[in-house]
Amino acid sequence: MSLDPRGPRFSAAITTLLFIVVLLTGSGWLALFQALVFAIGTYDPRRTPWGLIYRYLVAPRLGPPDGREDAAPVRFAQGVGLAFTVVAVAGYLSGATVVGLAASGFALAAAFLNAVFGLCLGCEAYLLIARLRGRTT
Amino acid sequence: MLGLVVVVAVLTTATLGGLLYRSRSGRLTSASAAELPPGLLDGAGEGVTLLHFSSATCGPCRQVRAVCTDLSTAMAGVRHVEIDADEHLDAARELDIWRLPTLLVVDRRGRIAQRAVGVPDRAALSAVVSEVLAA
Repeated sequence: MSLDPRGPRFSAAITTLLFIVVLLTGSGWLALFQALVFAIGTYDPRRTPWGLIYRYLVAPRLGPPDGREDAAPVRFAQGVGLAFTVVAVAGYLSGATVVGLAASGFALAAAFLNAVFGLCLGCEAYLLIARLRGRTT
Repeated sequence: MLGLVVVVAVLTTATLGGLLYRSRSGRLTSASAAELPPGLLDGAGEGVTLLHFSSATCGPCRQVRAVCTDLSTAMAGVRHVEIDADEHLDAARELDIWRLPTLLVVDRRGRIAQRAVGVPDRAALSAVVSEVLAA
């Protein structure tokens, strides 16, 4: 599976906004929605709601990408996002607001770095882990 | 209220971190003239070797490849060798390569003159290569 690299970055921008709203409102339900988005993303990042918006509304206006990138690091990164978001959901919905704030804060940082600087922390982690294990995808 | 504090704190910290990442990415730094592991590169040759560590899953490696191909065509005595880091884990560890793409500028004696993590600027790389060629 290969991706238009601008797709995950677009998704990260929406995810950034979503986590800002989560942190400002303390809405565990909104975080739960993003958890579902991440869950779909671990399977296929193109089929998340953000991925679909990119694919059908944004990409047609942009022209073809310079190149495509392997989906494996992105899928792994979506899994990392899912883990943090699940903790945030559990925190907010159980009343442990500080846990929700902390986990959402990490998720916001990661999404923001990806959207603004093109730095995908989860993808870097994937490459590092793959290298340490000594295997390719 | 606490949420707003977290938002501001996270965005500030991440912006600073991102700017630091951006300023370091692709910057050529002089290496301590370390030798390459034996057998990694056949025949160091006469000129400069752009030794590019990449992998199949690395997106920006494509841009590094384009810059290196361009320079090796444009400049005499420059060759571009690409090595899959996943297939040369020992070499990657020995050379302290943690992130891809990493580019090593190797002089004619087989020593690492400069290195860059990320996509180097074409003009900067060209200047460094000229220097190493002349050295």
